[in-house]
Amino acid sequence: MSAQSPGPAAGGGTLLSSEQARALADRVLKLSTADETRVNITSEWSGNTRFADSSITTSGGVTNVSVRVTATIGRRRASATTNVLDEQSLKRTVDLAISLARLSPEDPELMPELGPQTYPLIRAFVERTADLDPEVRNAAVKRAVDAATAAGKPAGTVFTAGFLRANANAVAVATSRGLFAYHQNTDAAFSMTSRTPDGTGSGWAAAGARDWSRIDPVSIGRVAAQKAVASRNPQAISPGLYTAVLEPQAVNDLVPLLANALIARSADEGRSPFSKAGGGNRIGEKVVDDRVTLYSDPADPLLLGRPFDLEGLPVGRTVWIEKGVLKNLAYSRFWAQKQGVEPIPLSGGLALTGGTKSTEDVIAGCERGILVTHFFYIRSLDPRTVLQTGLTRDGVFLIEKGKITRALKNFRWNESPLLMLNRLEDIGRSELTEAGQMMPALRIRDFNFASSSDAV
Amino acid sequence: MSPTRRDFLKATAATAAVMASPQLRVDAGAQLSAPAADPFVLELANEALTAARGAGASYADARVGRYRQQAIATRERQVQSVSDGESFGIGVRTLINGCWGFAATSQMTKDGVRKAALEAAFMSRAAQAVHRRRVELAPVKPVTGNWITPVRRDPIDVPLEDKVALLLATNDAALKAKGVRFVNSSVQVLREIKTLVTSEGTNVTQTFIRVGPEFSATAVGDGDFQSYDEELAPRGMGWEYIESLQMPGNAERWASIAVEKLKARSVDAGQWDLILEPTNLWLTIHESIGHPTELDRVLGEEANYAGTTFAAPPEKMLGQFKYGPPFMNIQADRTQEGSLSRVAWDDEGVPADQWLIVDKGVLKDYQTTRELAGRIQKLTGVARSHGCSFADSWRSVQFQRMPNISLLPGEQDIGVEQIVAATQRGILIRHSGSWSIDHQRYNFQFSGQAFYEIRNGKIAGMLRDVAYQANTPVFWNSMDMIGGKSSYWLGGAFDDGKGEPAQSNSVSHGCVPARFRNVTILNTARTA
Repeated sequence: MSAQSPGPAAGGGTLLSSEQARALADRVLKLSTADETRVNITSEWSGNTRFADSSITTSGGVTNVSVRVTATIGRRRASATTNVLDEQSLKRTVDLAISLARLSPEDPELMPELGPQTYPLIRAFVERTADLDPEVRNAAVKRAVDAATAAGKPAGTVFTAGFLRANANAVAVATSRGLFAYHQNTDAAFSMTSRTPDGTGSGWAAAGARDWSRIDPVSIGRVAAQKAVASRNPQAISPGLYTAVLEPQAVNDLVPLLANALIARSADEGRSPFSKAGGGNRIGEKVVDDRVTLYSDPADPLLLGRPFDLEGLPVGRTVWIEKGVLKNLAYSRFWAQKQGVEPIPLSGGLALTGGTKSTEDVIAGCERGILVTHFFYIRSLDPRTVLQTGLTRDGVFLIEKGKITRALKNFRWNESPLLMLNRLEDIGRSELTEAGQMMPALRIRDFNFASSSDAV
Repeated sequence: MSPTRRDFLKATAATAAVMASPQLRVDAGAQLSAPAADPFVLELANEALTAARGAGASYADARVGRYRQQAIATRERQVQSVSDGESFGIGVRTLINGCWGFAATSQMTKDGVRKAALEAAFMSRAAQAVHRRRVELAPVKPVTGNWITPVRRDPIDVPLEDKVALLLATNDAALKAKGVRFVNSSVQVLREIKTLVTSEGTNVTQTFIRVGPEFSATAVGDGDFQSYDEELAPRGMGWEYIESLQMPGNAERWASIAVEKLKARSVDAGQWDLILEPTNLWLTIHESIGHPTELDRVLGEEANYAGTTFAAPPEKMLGQFKYGPPFMNIQADRTQEGSLSRVAWDDEGVPADQWLIVDKGVLKDYQTTRELAGRIQKLTGVARSHGCSFADSWRSVQFQRMPNISLLPGEQDIGVEQIVAATQRGILIRHSGSWSIDHQRYNFQFSGQAFYEIRNGKIAGMLRDVAYQANTPVFWNSMDMIGGKSSYWLGGAFDDGKGEPAQSNSVSHGCVPARFRNVTILNTARTA
């Protein structure tokens, strides 16, 4: 934190400690006359710097503590949230949750609140991320802008725009049955777009991590500008099915959309691509290429997720897909009980693994294909196949004989992250794409580039 | 039921009936009056302003928000969740040497707001390290006043039993449709009390009320399922609007459309004439006219996130760019009754405005704030801000957000039936479905909820797996028929995202049915 900083310009000292969170939770629990009560506390700090045309446009800082009270009366349950923490307001919020619960119909699927649980300690809070005050952020922005300006020289003076944010959070869950869970984490993200003055080239680069020191603003600025320069004067090629090499950030846009399909109940009810014809789900069946493994694990040193969900249920390692076979689906506590299995939360970060090559090697191994930097405006088209539509953005290139040969115009595509993982030709080494997510580069056969886009 | 609360959703699948303009006015019961600012809030806001001025701010504003939100979600015969949220805090914005700073806190004490003001000033000064252009604010006359969304019944105050009963009765009715297995209905209601005090002397307190109902049914057939979402527009209105939708009375008919979709023919991809009902077209207007004409986007400020726009640079577009045919008029409006973006003053204290974005088919103006207006004043001759500044919370900084943007009715008062009757081979699309558009707003692809084939001026059966894909200027210039004032309908989005950190805006879009020639239709079914 800067010596000149007059207020909570950075987050290091502003979060509730475990003891403070427990004391606040106890105050709330004491106020409640419900049969069962749960308290979810979120204490947050965030700081951000946004820039465009090489100038800071807005900066912001927020501190907030909010308390969510969930009251249960018999089989009736409801929640109320407030960020006004005086005794009177907390009482009003508890009473409101209770009265909303009383008015709610009985929930046949209601599960009792959890009692004490044990969780691994996960060190996801990094001091230097929480210390990103405006001066440090702006210095990082300046280094990135300078790097982009230098790398963009061949095209003239490049336009730069971007966003840097840092968050620090402390979350706690407590129940009237004696459960208490507490976790602190930080995350930072920096992204930058660079555009050439002739309006024909645009590049982008981004990084995210719990630890700010894993983010290199100079590299982000340089890569964004290099891509902008290289993507000038793109040529149109006919839309159609092409081999695609997706950079890790593009995979990061697409593969997490599989999460909605990983819910056991939807599968069992016939509403998911993992529904089995005639009833039940497809656990145990091969659903994607043999090389693909998809897992969540809050204790993974690169993912560093929260070791519990909103109910305080411990979150452990779950392998969703192992070597192409569907191994697990997420079970809510109710659905797990009904099916006679253990509950599995859909939480704990997400990692797609299966390869060891660098992104450069995945490109080098491609005879002819289209390289994609990242995607934009993805929307679901058909939940039966997880089919999505979206666009490419900020750098699309033709690869010939393992080399990037020219810039291409953007495409609209219609593709499914599930179906495409059955057309896998190559998979790279998984890398951190944002805090709590790791994705590799992928080479996909017959990726459906459906139409051309004039957007630069 | 009052005859003025007319059912504007009585269109049946077979007849492609006109979506008549809803009568938004209610004829009985008093409207709620606008509360004045809480003295405690004013004291803190003024404390923050004093601190900001003391720290060297040439301009400062303090915005206090007290938000109350309630959401009820149901499925089939049970309540999935009931939640109620309250959020209270202050955001302080400072301008020092032409650089912005902003800080927000929920610590509503004199000490807390002072710290936020000093932090904002600190950010203003720090921003000078990366700074090329001085912020200049368009002039605005200081105002004092109070305003409330005109409602008869504040939806927050409607008893929860009534809300739950309405939704469960809706689901019950929907489950009567044979083949329907899943039904979801929900309603979210919001009340925002916002006080804005500026160093220039503005002091306004506004209470905004919005409601957003949703209904979806899923039918499961032979190894297949199809969903149908009824288009229930969110509005800046009271609970009386929710009641006017008659959800329980209509739900069985809505749900039966999901069953019909199971048997619909998969569309033949290719070029088709397209008739879009207002329940579909509003979203196309939002994406292909609303977003491209945001001036901050035009100037590159959204380049890293939502993108830029084809409608740039202003000097080459204003008064020159032919957006569509001469009967195409697009109006921006923050005064429209029942709309989501209606205000009396924006988040810079600028009075609500109404102006044309597209005039007789030609781009005429953009959406502006005080910071942006001066950047195009020489081209438009407009010195004032159009009042498009908005922040979604006390914790968010205000910036340029979309006002209500609407396609004005054509001169001839025809409806969708006449447009269908005049079409040889086409597809009629009802309600909004999947949507996606590129970052310069050229290439878009939209779907819908219900699709009908038109042959020789008549509806010839239902289609499925339909999406339309087009280039924005080509699409709007292919429009050759539009409905008249009786077919005008106001749709809208409760949560429209923009900005970093992302903020959500509620915005309405009014429009009439329209026909577009030779549009590319895709078949969205893919199995491998």
